[in-house]
Amino acid sequence: MSDNDTAVAGWKESIYQVLKRGNVKQVAYVPDAGHAHVINRSHDDPDMNAVVLTTEEEGVALGCGAWLGGQRSVLLMQSSGVGNCVNMFSLLHSCRIPFLTLITMRGEFAEFNAWQTPMSQATEGVLKAMGFRVVRVTHPDEVEEVVDAALDSAFVAGEQIAVLISQRLIGRKKWIKD
Amino acid sequence: MNQPTASAANIDRREFVAQLMKHCPNALVIPGLGSSNYDLFAAGDRPENFYMWGAMGGAASIGLGLALAQPSREVIVLTGDGEMLMGMGSLATIGAAQPKNLTIVILDNGHFGETGMQRSHTSLGTDLVSVAKGCNITHASHLTELEQVSDVARAVSAKSGPTVFQVKVKADDVPRALPTRDGVFVKNRFRAALGFEPV
Repeated sequence: MSDNDTAVAGWKESIYQVLKRGNVKQVAYVPDAGHAHVINRSHDDPDMNAVVLTTEEEGVALGCGAWLGGQRSVLLMQSSGVGNCVNMFSLLHSCRIPFLTLITMRGEFAEFNAWQTPMSQATEGVLKAMGFRVVRVTHPDEVEEVVDAALDSAFVAGEQIAVLISQRLIGRKKWIKD
Repeated sequence: MNQPTASAANIDRREFVAQLMKHCPNALVIPGLGSSNYDLFAAGDRPENFYMWGAMGGAASIGLGLALAQPSREVIVLTGDGEMLMGMGSLATIGAAQPKNLTIVILDNGHFGETGMQRSHTSLGTDLVSVAKGCNITHASHLTELEQVSDVARAVSAKSGPTVFQVKVKADDVPRALPTRDGVFVKNRFRAALGFEPV
């Protein structure tokens, strides 16, 4: 893995700060290197519950339960995870559950693994088909503002909203044989 | 092949759920898609029931999110074997999160009752109590008698860690009791009972 995978870029800390300021209490995730910093910060935060999932659809249901109980949540996943969630998204639609997910993109920029490409190409379409509004961040400077706005769209306006984090922003993944 | 198999299970699911709700009048209850949804409604409509008409496999995870958000409340997931099997990974997630106030009651008739009583995995070798224990849910047991509903009630009020009960119920058809299918209404009513306003 390259330095980029684990380096703490400022935009990663700003995501955590936006979630913290926004009173997000449950952080559900299937790990991704691009989310690693927020995951670690959430685990260390006594005011947050960081919940590791076996599959992303659990995070959709978890977010529904959190909202029923009066808490805000976020689901962190890779683009491949969106495909695992499709039917569970109907829960959000049928009950109009406010929902925020941050999705790190694979399969779109300097991707070495073509198996990531099909779901990458389908990610935005699948989300829209299931009623999400989709926004994207590509530059570090826009991350804080866009995630903050998405948080309001979810928990103030009651939308289901996804923020796609471009693979170009996350950086090139280098795989070196031992 | 796909017909109901003879079973030692003799618990009447409706009676079990009715008694459970009598014992646990304050619990927040997430029923799974299918017969458990009807069983809960048949035991008496109440705002603290989150009726589900879809999202198969999601009941236990909804229960986890709710239990974490409301740690002082009793949370019951009331589901069937088929619904639990579809969300079996959530037992590992719950075993990792260790919510103190979450009790999962699986009404196990060994069949997919909604779709023509095809045998489920619990009729074909899967033991959900073993699965739960393997997922670090140490309080997990089978119930075979109606009277054991008091064991569930004790676990619910004890709030001493996630608990799973696999309740062997008869694989018979019970009359359908249909709660509202309006998810927005059910959500807002549930939240209002906890003191939360609509968006």
